[in-house]
Amino acid sequence: MIKHLTSKPGSSLSNKTGSWRTEVKPKFLRKNCIGCKMCRLVCPEGCIFGDKKNTYGCDYQYCKGCGNCAVICPKKDIIMIPEGEKE
Amino acid sequence: MTEKLITEKKLFACGHTACAGCGQSLGARLVLEAAGPNTIVTNATGCLEVFSTRYPESSWGVPWLHSLFENSAAIASGVESALKHLGKIDTIRVISQGGDGGTADIGLQALSGMMERGHDILYVCYDNEAYMNTGIQRSGLTPFDTNTTTSPAGKISSGNPLPKKNMVEICAAHRIPYAASSSVGFPLDVQSKVKKALSIRGPKYLHLHVPCPLGWRHPSNLTINIAKLAVETALFPMVEYEYGKLVSSRKLVTIKPVEEYLKPQGRFAHLFKDEKGKQEIAKIQQIANQNIEYYNLKATK
Repeated sequence: MIKHLTSKPGSSLSNKTGSWRTEVKPKFLRKNCIGCKMCRLVCPEGCIFGDKKNTYGCDYQYCKGCGNCAVICPKKDIIMIPEGEKE
Repeated sequence: MTEKLITEKKLFACGHTACAGCGQSLGARLVLEAAGPNTIVTNATGCLEVFSTRYPESSWGVPWLHSLFENSAAIASGVESALKHLGKIDTIRVISQGGDGGTADIGLQALSGMMERGHDILYVCYDNEAYMNTGIQRSGLTPFDTNTTTSPAGKISSGNPLPKKNMVEICAAHRIPYAASSSVGFPLDVQSKVKKALSIRGPKYLHLHVPCPLGWRHPSNLTINIAKLAVETALFPMVEYEYGKLVSSRKLVTIKPVEEYLKPQGRFAHLFKDEKGKQEIAKIQQIANQNIEYYNLKATK
């Protein structure tokens, strides 16, 4: 009985929620980044990685394109580009 | 750009089914990252439960339990008692969590009982100010004049006629060691309050303000900004109570008018249509002014 009520930890990784993006996606310019980590900290999806200056990026398999990273970036080093455009 | 894929299993994994820009998913990740892996989480029914554990998947990298809407704190009490019996309470922390409905309306008696009995648990309330999961019905924590599906704004009504419950004070009145409020607009503050709470033994309460782009009807990229504005307009004071006494509050150097917070949100759009709305905004400003005075939010030079 128990085995039908439990799930494997972290198994939601099989949900590729990136397909939910409809209009825009973030582009990490990696030019003026100061490594403040704010984008990684505020990502509701938790799909932003990186730990030093100009190393930040996101996993487009999961990014839902909410745009909070672009708004919070103090150096405007993250911009939202239309879906389908070359990075 | 070099592509990197996220494959490692984190404490709160990607792939949950929250809306884009969800403040609650951000809050849950911040709380869990601050708490660390040696944590057991119990969850009330609500958005968080639904989007993080779409059967048969789970986003949680720690033991996680869900039973009913009302008994998240009661289950956590049982888990904590079992850990005490096994002698593991010093190494494993228990977090109980729920949304605003699961905390202030439905789960209030279980929460009160947990605090009364003095269990060593951190209760986290994710306050998105209505029952968002079932379709934006008003809850005890919905602010004054909010347009929700059960308090619709129209010719006569201007939204929710009742004030927002002060959950932090209700919990502080139990004389628990720590009760605090924070907002996802200030992620570092959230994490430091979680760490502080978990360093204290006994019942703790953390009230987390989390914007909901769907229910508050604002663009998904404004989640953080709107959470910040709620604090900066003094409508959501960030305070800390220890043993029932107010010990600190986040001081504001420039206090913004409440319009700045209300304007971007669709749930307050009816207040910007006519003369009557202006009077209602004045009432909301009055609430903010009372908060400033009561919590002494003005920074002294």
